[in-house]
Amino acid sequence: MPVDIDIAHVARLARLELTPEEMETYRSQLGVILEHAARVQALEGEPEVGSVHGLGIEGVFRDDEVAASLDRDEVLAAAPESRDGFFVVPPALEQ
Amino acid sequence: MSWEAVIGIETHVELSTRSKMFCGCAVDFGAEPNTNICPVCLGLPGALPVPNRKAIEGIVAIGLALNCEITERSVFHRKNYFYADLPKNYQVSQFDVPVCRDGYLEIELDGETRRIGIERAHMEEDTGKSTHVGDGGRIHSASETLLDFNRSGVPLVEIVSRPDIRSAAEARAYAQELRAIVAELGVSDARLEEGSIRFDANISIRPAGSDTLGTKVEIKNMNSFRSLERAVDYEIRRQIAAVEAGQQIVQETRHWNEEAGETQSMRTKEGSSDYRYFADPDLVPLVVPPSWVEEIRASLPELPEARRKRYATLGLHPKAAAMLSSSARTIRHLFDETVAAGAPALAAFNWLTGEVTAWMRRTDTEPAELTGERLAALIALVDEGVVSATAAKEVLEGVLAGEGEPRQVAEARDLVQVSDRGALEGAVRRVLDADPDAVERLRSGEEKVIGFLVGQVMRETGGKADPRLVNELIREAVGSDG
Repeated sequence: MPVDIDIAHVARLARLELTPEEMETYRSQLGVILEHAARVQALEGEPEVGSVHGLGIEGVFRDDEVAASLDRDEVLAAAPESRDGFFVVPPALEQ
Repeated sequence: MSWEAVIGIETHVELSTRSKMFCGCAVDFGAEPNTNICPVCLGLPGALPVPNRKAIEGIVAIGLALNCEITERSVFHRKNYFYADLPKNYQVSQFDVPVCRDGYLEIELDGETRRIGIERAHMEEDTGKSTHVGDGGRIHSASETLLDFNRSGVPLVEIVSRPDIRSAAEARAYAQELRAIVAELGVSDARLEEGSIRFDANISIRPAGSDTLGTKVEIKNMNSFRSLERAVDYEIRRQIAAVEAGQQIVQETRHWNEEAGETQSMRTKEGSSDYRYFADPDLVPLVVPPSWVEEIRASLPELPEARRKRYATLGLHPKAAAMLSSSARTIRHLFDETVAAGAPALAAFNWLTGEVTAWMRRTDTEPAELTGERLAALIALVDEGVVSATAAKEVLEGVLAGEGEPRQVAEARDLVQVSDRGALEGAVRRVLDADPDAVERLRSGEEKVIGFLVGQVMRETGGKADPRLVNELIREAVGSDG
């Protein structure tokens, strides 16, 4: 069962700039993956909650206790730009 | 044609846990920027989130208070989108299996009770905080954005109402009731001005009586109940005007501009599928067994609605019950104690929401010296005529200042009314003898003179005479029976 993919839309959501050749490549690759997913979805019965993991683990929590955070200067040193303790990024809304 | 508004409200509540939702970084709003951050809340590769037990207790408490079903096994999903305040490029949220489902909340408006459905409440995490700098500080003209990730990963509960709200006034009543509930639960600071509770409204219009849904517009940035009401009202009128002018409503997010008093277009809203939700592989199913739910249910405080009903059964008018219910915890606690000590509910209400509240505001202190028993004793002193209503206020001041029991204070401050006929007759005689003209006018039926004469006797006795008795004694002496 072939799956129709709007590859340009998917690329835009993922903020990827693709050439027409790349679009074709990814369209066919993604298509194979989605066809497989569609076959799984077509199986009878409701999937069980948690079956995505298959780990057999559930209900893991931590207590509400404060642990040490990272050193700010060290973290900011890894950022392309920072000032006064803030990360600096281009304006949130362009255009 | 007449139109009907269809409104649903999404509420975000930041839980006041000590640490964040999925990591041990402190939740501390006053902190220097980017001091409470770690690999988990910065979205660094390989970091593994683990849910905070206390946050789960918080959402379950909210769900129970909103009459929701609590899902035993729910799932965390990733909501994918790109925004600078979201370091992982996805927000951990819940999608098809939230913790709480199918509840309701009752609001009262103009004496009528309306039930607003709650579709769901789910657990998620807050984003970082961005500050747009540049010309005018406005988002559209910003030259750069500063990011502080202290808030990134703070536990956030999103509560989604059903589109059951029909007017701006109902939207406001819903938001106020929801805030009161969350504040009472103690799970959040629930302060609008600090953003620890935030309301967005989804609004559409349709011909009155229709059961189809129009295109909805989401409005954001309402920082007070008043802005919420104004924004919803504005948006309803805008949509009606647009449709009547033959325009199409566009599905979009609009921003409420408080100064301009209007909503303004922000961006075309992404559809749910654009968020490409999928189960978070780093988080195993969230399990809340019934035994845990019952433990949380048992710890719930009395909620505003139940409290209003209880006050009403004690004899308070619904408006008084609502006012008391939204009063400070200290006032409510004193009210219960005072009534338990035998005082009439109305008198307790009047003293507490009047004099005591005024004193708390004036001095900015808690009435630590006041107990329910003391207030009940004071109310009894007034009822029995031991102190006048005016003197009682002074007695209260004394009690609040730590001078002891009401009777002690009344005696120490010399405020006990003279209710002994013999003791007052002399004073009455002196006043009447000094003003034969007034006596004559009273005899001839000039009623207002009695007030003047009572005042004179009160002055003669230093304000301690029981005015009812003085009135009686003057009438006896003058031979006027009023």
